[in-house]
Amino acid sequence: MKCGVVVFPGSNCDHDAYHVLKHVLAQDTTFLWHQDDSLQGCDLIVLPGGFSYGDYLRAGAMAALSPVMAAVQRHAEAGGLVLGICNGFQVLLEAGLLPGAMRRNASLRFQCKDVHLKVERTDLPFTNKLRAGQVLRMPIAHAEGNYEDAPEKLDALEAAGQVVFRYCTAEGEVTPEANPNGAARNIAGICNAQGNVLGLMPHPERCSEEILGNTDGLALFASAVGVLEAVR
Amino acid sequence: MTALQEEAVHATPEILKRHKMTAEEYDRLRQILGRDPSWTELGITSALWSEHCSYKSSKIYLKEFPTEGPHVVQGPGENAGIVDVGHGWVAAFKMESHNHPSFIEPYQGSMTGVGGILRDIFTMGARPIACMDSLRFGEIDAPRMRFLIDGVVRGIGDYGNCVGIPTVGGETGFHRCYNKNILVNAFALGIARHDEIFRARASGVGNPVLYAGSRTGRDGIHGATMASDAFDAESERQRPTVQVGDPFTEKVLLEACLEAMRTGAIVAIQDMGAAGLTSSTFEMAGRGGTGLRLVLDRVPLREAGLTPYEMMLSESQERMVLVAKKGREEELEKVFRRWGLEVADIGQITDTGRAVLEWQGSVVADIPIQPLTEEAPVYRRPVAEPADLAKRWEAPEVPQPADLRGTLEKLLATPDFASKAWIWNQYDHTVRTNTVQGPGGDAAVLLLKATPAGLAMTSDVNPVYCYLDPWRGGAQAVAEAVRNLACTGAEPVGLTDCLNFGNPENPEVSWQFREAIRGMSEACRVLGVPVISGNVSFYNETEGESIYPTPTVGMVGVISTVTHAPAAFFQNQGDRVILLGRDRSEFGGAAYLRLLHGIEQGRPPVVDLDAEARLAKLLRGLVARHLLRAAHDLSDGGFLLSLAELCLGRGLGATVEVALEGADLFSETQSRALVACAPAAVDQVLRAAEEAGVPAAEIGEAGGDELVVRAGSDLLRAPVADLHAVWSTALPKALRL
Repeated sequence: MKCGVVVFPGSNCDHDAYHVLKHVLAQDTTFLWHQDDSLQGCDLIVLPGGFSYGDYLRAGAMAALSPVMAAVQRHAEAGGLVLGICNGFQVLLEAGLLPGAMRRNASLRFQCKDVHLKVERTDLPFTNKLRAGQVLRMPIAHAEGNYEDAPEKLDALEAAGQVVFRYCTAEGEVTPEANPNGAARNIAGICNAQGNVLGLMPHPERCSEEILGNTDGLALFASAVGVLEAVR
Repeated sequence: MTALQEEAVHATPEILKRHKMTAEEYDRLRQILGRDPSWTELGITSALWSEHCSYKSSKIYLKEFPTEGPHVVQGPGENAGIVDVGHGWVAAFKMESHNHPSFIEPYQGSMTGVGGILRDIFTMGARPIACMDSLRFGEIDAPRMRFLIDGVVRGIGDYGNCVGIPTVGGETGFHRCYNKNILVNAFALGIARHDEIFRARASGVGNPVLYAGSRTGRDGIHGATMASDAFDAESERQRPTVQVGDPFTEKVLLEACLEAMRTGAIVAIQDMGAAGLTSSTFEMAGRGGTGLRLVLDRVPLREAGLTPYEMMLSESQERMVLVAKKGREEELEKVFRRWGLEVADIGQITDTGRAVLEWQGSVVADIPIQPLTEEAPVYRRPVAEPADLAKRWEAPEVPQPADLRGTLEKLLATPDFASKAWIWNQYDHTVRTNTVQGPGGDAAVLLLKATPAGLAMTSDVNPVYCYLDPWRGGAQAVAEAVRNLACTGAEPVGLTDCLNFGNPENPEVSWQFREAIRGMSEACRVLGVPVISGNVSFYNETEGESIYPTPTVGMVGVISTVTHAPAAFFQNQGDRVILLGRDRSEFGGAAYLRLLHGIEQGRPPVVDLDAEARLAKLLRGLVARHLLRAAHDLSDGGFLLSLAELCLGRGLGATVEVALEGADLFSETQSRALVACAPAAVDQVLRAAEEAGVPAAEIGEAGGDELVVRAGSDLLRAPVADLHAVWSTALPKALRL
């Protein structure tokens, strides 16, 4: 079982994701270079946060065309696990591995703060260690997290159970006030129809250690690692 | 030499004025060259001898700083200072101003301020792990001020966020003295293994000089000389001297440089900051005592047609110069190209001690390097104590507060005391997963991963104190920084500074500068903190009016066991609250008088450095024994503001009773702190305080949702939620957002 963290030019949470997988969860972990078209046998692929290609053009747009993304696409189609965090989520949207698009935050400002997330799926490879309806606290740090899609597509997304996390209050209520960026229907994270590709704007890797005052994010990585270890 | 002679400048007073050179300086240049300079030579010299690059008015005073200590690995004189922080790690840090560009164009000005300071760190071989910013704005209603605040904050955010360096704190102040000259001071901290340090010292005759990063354009030409001039109505027209930042290129440059350094093929490396290619190449060769030959036709250009003069003075951003080991250029080129960056071989190191610049087959400059870099003019400017000093020091009348809660709420609603979350929520402060204590506390606390230790950093200065008494103000800034670090349990290992002053040709400004340096130096000596890097920003003056002296202090400390660091806010119901230090009634320059009564008068509080040392040692000892759950020093606004801040962070109240009364609740006596501990730890804390010779009083407990203060015959009672509402909305309201 091996984990791979993709490095695009401008990725800046690559070390953080690597740190959690390698040092907190003690997994065999490697960096994958954007120009390589091989995933070096990795089972879990993380597309980290950051500003790939400076977010020039559109967040994630250029990274989505990297050689490594063709390999990620094949991996996803074969049922392999892919986690996109923040910019990684944006890349997944641009690559068409997840539906929808990102707009600038409604405030038109970068926002870095803790938010609360309501867990809507606990049967996914990334969420099986979470409880249904559980409220997680997690930091966000982005300027383009305002998730959007056509109303009928959002309906379909919800109907298919692909909304995994929604912004909510500390008590778990999904309200407009709890929405930090204007995302449609308070959507913070979604998965593909098969559930093996997950993208979310908040940063689970930034809340995976006791010393940082919050370990709510660790379950996402631990869930995936658990699934892969069980398979093996 | 014929080309040089043909091109020789017969400098008129206008030409010299444009280059901000005096007739004496020009003569000195002619003596060094033994002839009239070429245009390129004149431009190069004007940049190297600008106040910004040469420190010609400050050098004689900067020598007074203590710069040595057991932890110092690299003191002043390099791109950043370096200290040993244990476990095989070193920390590189520096602070730098970007005041003038930020006033002209706030977004690009602050962006490139952050970019420049980050390059200063990674050029030393250290990976930047955190930034702070010390910002001084004018009154919010002053012309352009909302635009400036918004632009500066967006610029800092957009740059640091993209590069992925957390902005973990800083300070933001407002005063009318900055209405026409804001201050943007950026402070960056990086870490490296002990054996990974790089320096900017050229050596090895025949070694190639490589250029890496962005191409050179016409932006920022004369930035260094602009930064060495006062403002006037024409300053708006200087926009083309402001550089444009590209944080994406910075990020890949950072990764490429750190990777290139690991090849072992780099001899020396330096970023192109102020005065671009000129200062980077001349400083590297000057430090190494070598010469160099540059072929300017090989400098990568953004557009055709740049003259040698423009190439040498451009301040295009995100560029580095490195000296490679001969024969290993390709290894380095491979690394930079892998990161999508351009590399060019632009010359080589020679043993002539001269910089010879060629362009289109001719020599366009041929200058001896060390006379220019090491023998730059040095001035002892006339100094004069302000004529009205005695009046400034007259003890102010102190009106008593009519109503304590109302007074506290009024202060919390001022931009000075209001929550700065609107600012720091726009900065990524959690990336790199080291942030244990982010913005909003006394000092930021960062992990030093894979060790039990942590790093703490803070930036401090009180410009009103410095205006009233620059000696005390300078000493106080150092003392407060030490105290802020001590509140996290950190032992200071080094200091960096950003000395923002007015026009040094004004004798009062030179006096302020001298006194502030002396105050800082004395505090550094007594408190055992070496100065390891820094920056001087003079000419912060508009239409003849100088800013208040603002010697910003940045300080870094080490916490031996980071898990023991207390929070900056009350955390636990029932924790006991203890006030450390002696109270006096001191209102010179106090925020209470300034913000509520418009009075800026009196000598600032006494800085008792021995008392400060005792308090800091006590705090560090208590943290080391893991006795404290929260700690916060007393500074601007005195006891009551400090107590309120301890409540506001997490919304947990407190009930206390103190011997202070009335206005004295806002007295700014130094060397005090509030701490909270478990009830079972109270005796140990009080005993340790007694042994340390620090007065201590148990005054009450944390908990509940109200702040209740019994102060003699006064009673303050306020729901924390109400105070929070005032405090957290004041800044966005004032900015009309």
